[in-house]
Amino acid sequence: MSVGLVVVSHSERAAEGIVEVAAEMGGDTTIEAVGGDGHGGIGTVPGDIEAALSAADSGDGVVVLVDLGSAVMNAEVAIETSDVDAAIANAPVLEGAVEAAVAATSPSATLSSVREQAESAADVDKV
Amino acid sequence: MTGAGTAAVAAVERVATRLEAERDHLTELDSAIGDADHGGNMARGWRAAADAAADVEDPDAATVVKTTGKTVMAEVGGAAGPLYGGSLVFASAELDEGLTPESAVAFAETYLEKVQDRGDASVGDATMVDALVPAVHTFKKSIETDELPPVEALAKAVEAARRGVDFTVPIRASKGRASYLGWRSVGHQDPGATSTLFILEALLEVAQEHGDVTVADADATSPTIPDEDV
Repeated sequence: MSVGLVVVSHSERAAEGIVEVAAEMGGDTTIEAVGGDGHGGIGTVPGDIEAALSAADSGDGVVVLVDLGSAVMNAEVAIETSDVDAAIANAPVLEGAVEAAVAATSPSATLSSVREQAESAADVDKV
Repeated sequence: MTGAGTAAVAAVERVATRLEAERDHLTELDSAIGDADHGGNMARGWRAAADAAADVEDPDAATVVKTTGKTVMAEVGGAAGPLYGGSLVFASAELDEGLTPESAVAFAETYLEKVQDRGDASVGDATMVDALVPAVHTFKKSIETDELPPVEALAKAVEAARRGVDFTVPIRASKGRASYLGWRSVGHQDPGATSTLFILEALLEVAQEHGDVTVADADATSPTIPDEDV
């Protein structure tokens, strides 16, 4: 059992790219990428996010990283309708995914410890 | 008079037809301040919802509304999916015991609450909330205080929503995609408030047909200002 991650972006390719970066630091953490409007365009769909939550969950819950606006709302809807114990991290999507991936490799990782670590990414200065 | 479930199916169909007719209009409004997808998304999503609603066997109002919401949530995309669809699914529970003036008020209030909660928007942010809040408050006041027939109450609510849409033009958007434009959003009518009005207008048409009542001219020039801070 371990905490899983889901990365939600308006662009499926962006989500996959962020997962690619985060996985470098994430050991064997399960990280699912989800994005796109389901019709090949930019957007997010709650059903797809719900499926990603199930795929990422191994019983310890899932921390969700989101990009903008409707990704947040659709992730909220997906969490409400899903049986998976999941929480959205209030963090920038890429930096938060990297922090969460690192935190999830800890043997004592919990849903809240991974979420907190992801949210610490909000304070990262670039210059 | 027809059953509420049948009327609900007809209402979703009317909404879909209206949004298809307004597709270019909504897209035009959205291209001024957003990403120009509101018309296409709403028309496509509500058409799918109307088809799904028509397939509900032995329809009751709650099931039709819930089916509509789920389909809108899955098909509309963007923020409109959870805002219009998710809120319908959530509020549909208020109709579980059937459609009455009281349950209609409860449904409207729950829908509004969910939209505000999910979108984190208040009156004056230039969003659909600016059409919804006056509409829901006017509907509630017309039913509970003025004891008007439901169709008349709905007609007043539509009028209130229409003025709410006009209110979005001169103000600055502070939620949603348009907020990225800052002051440049001033002077533009909000697409979400506009499509909300179209939905309410379609509901009123069907309510008038199925209730066998016509309301000539609703006078909503002095709408109720809600007491609580909204």
